[in-house]
Amino acid sequence: MKFETVIGLEVHVELATASKMFCGCSTSFGAAANSQVCPICLGMPGVLPVVNQEAVQLALKTAVAFHCQIAAVCRFARKSYFYPDLPKNYQISQYEEPLATGGWLEISGQRIRIRRIHLEEDAGKLIHPEQDQTYSLIDFNRTGIPLMEIVTEPDLRSPEAAVEFLQRLRQNLRYLRVSDCSMEEGSLRCDANISVRREGQPGLGVKVEVKNLNSFKSVRKALLFEASRQTRLLIEGKPFRQETRLWNENLGITESMRGKEQAHDYRYFPEPDLVPLRFEAGVTASLKTEVVELPQARRERLIKDYGLSSYEAEVLTAEKEVADYFEEAVRYYPQPRMVANWIMGDLAGLLREKKCAINQQPVTAEMLGELARMVHDGKITMTAAKDVLRETFNTGKHPALVVQERNLVQIDDASAVKTVVDQVIAENPKAWADFLAGTDKAIGFLIGQVMRKTRGRANPRKVEELIRGYRHGK
Amino acid sequence: MKQQVKYLAELARIALTEQELAGLEQDLEKILDYVSQLEKIETTGVEPTYHVVPMTNVWRQDKVEASLSTEKALANAPERHGNFFKVPRVI
Ligand SMILES: [Zn+2]
Repeated sequence: MKFETVIGLEVHVELATASKMFCGCSTSFGAAANSQVCPICLGMPGVLPVVNQEAVQLALKTAVAFHCQIAAVCRFARKSYFYPDLPKNYQISQYEEPLATGGWLEISGQRIRIRRIHLEEDAGKLIHPEQDQTYSLIDFNRTGIPLMEIVTEPDLRSPEAAVEFLQRLRQNLRYLRVSDCSMEEGSLRCDANISVRREGQPGLGVKVEVKNLNSFKSVRKALLFEASRQTRLLIEGKPFRQETRLWNENLGITESMRGKEQAHDYRYFPEPDLVPLRFEAGVTASLKTEVVELPQARRERLIKDYGLSSYEAEVLTAEKEVADYFEEAVRYYPQPRMVANWIMGDLAGLLREKKCAINQQPVTAEMLGELARMVHDGKITMTAAKDVLRETFNTGKHPALVVQERNLVQIDDASAVKTVVDQVIAENPKAWADFLAGTDKAIGFLIGQVMRKTRGRANPRKVEELIRGYRHGK
Repeated sequence: MKQQVKYLAELARIALTEQELAGLEQDLEKILDYVSQLEKIETTGVEPTYHVVPMTNVWRQDKVEASLSTEKALANAPERHGNFFKVPRVI
């Protein structure tokens, strides 16, 4: 018997605003506990929330990018529940009248439908100390940070597809500069609804909501676990109920919340402190001009315009800044494949090493273009170029200047190279004898010595030819 | 009705004595009675009045303003621990 997994996601994204959703407190991450709070976000009596226009703008931009219908009028609602991280005892959210409905985002050629996008406010952060289990601590800095909730239809058919959707969503939101979508800092969070049904069965199986998914890896692992758990129960004919389960990262299982789960009776009602938002009929059209070229379109364009492989295009468009850098470098030196190789190879290596982003380091696109040109024109060898890139990366000195200062211009003069080769052979009689005796490994050592003596200025291919020529000819 | 009052009290985290429960039961009865009268009025096609002021799009610029000092923020905390609010364990 075949089974099918059905998954829908609820994604929460902290919007990249400077101030909170309804007050002027800062949203910056990592500040001292309870230093970014005020009477409004602490839920003191008698205060009045006022909507942050930028938060609305970012949500609208997202809605347009994902082909949603923007509501003519939308309202905020109070969602009432008691939990210590919620100082007002209600969360301002949207319920019956969300900001946008009915869009989609494509993954691997499949459209995943988006049911709705709405605005709300984040809750505080709870800390449960290990050493003393009698109390919890609260930091309200996160309380009131603008949160955008994106809900998909149950269109995903595997844990892998769910992760791919999340990664694509994150990539798009970063392109749009709507959120930095850092799962580590909690600015992208995800709950998943998952059910299993017999293939071809109409309607959905019993749905389980999985919470506490803090990384792409945990999303995948939790959903794999939950899909196989439900499949096993179906095969065994054991009934199970609709419930919320928590992913336990340490044990690698989902656990029922059992008694801890309170009756979901949020008693939503229209928020009396906030008037409705009304959007003009032309809002979608005018926002379209603000939506940048999104990853998928850019991937396709890079393949078409620059002749890149789909793999190269995928890597270069992972982050908008990298794609921007690539296209700028190509303007300085119009050899796209070569520029792509430099970015994906040596530059990516340096970025990983120093853990920095492409727009936070000194090698400009112009410098990289110049470096690629110098190699291509035979002015410097590839070996020297790698060193130059590292020095430019470390010091910010222009590659042309590094080449000049360190006298790295390739030795073009064949007789000059030959002199060095002769010298190396004379100084290394054992390696030379090994090479003559047929130990091919020895040539690598000899070439290395020549490169060292010339400080990378000899062309290693020519050196090799020269040495091999000696063996045959001399 | 009594069950309903108990449920509402639970949702609102209010502890009620039997006597209070009986009193509120009567009050709620009256309120519901009144509401059921209102429900008889023909309102098809009438937009609900969420607000009495006909305003939309009241918003502020995304500008950071001064927050409270941590001392002030914590002044009314039932208990504190360093710069944190301290509450009975919730997990
Ligand atoms: Zn505040």
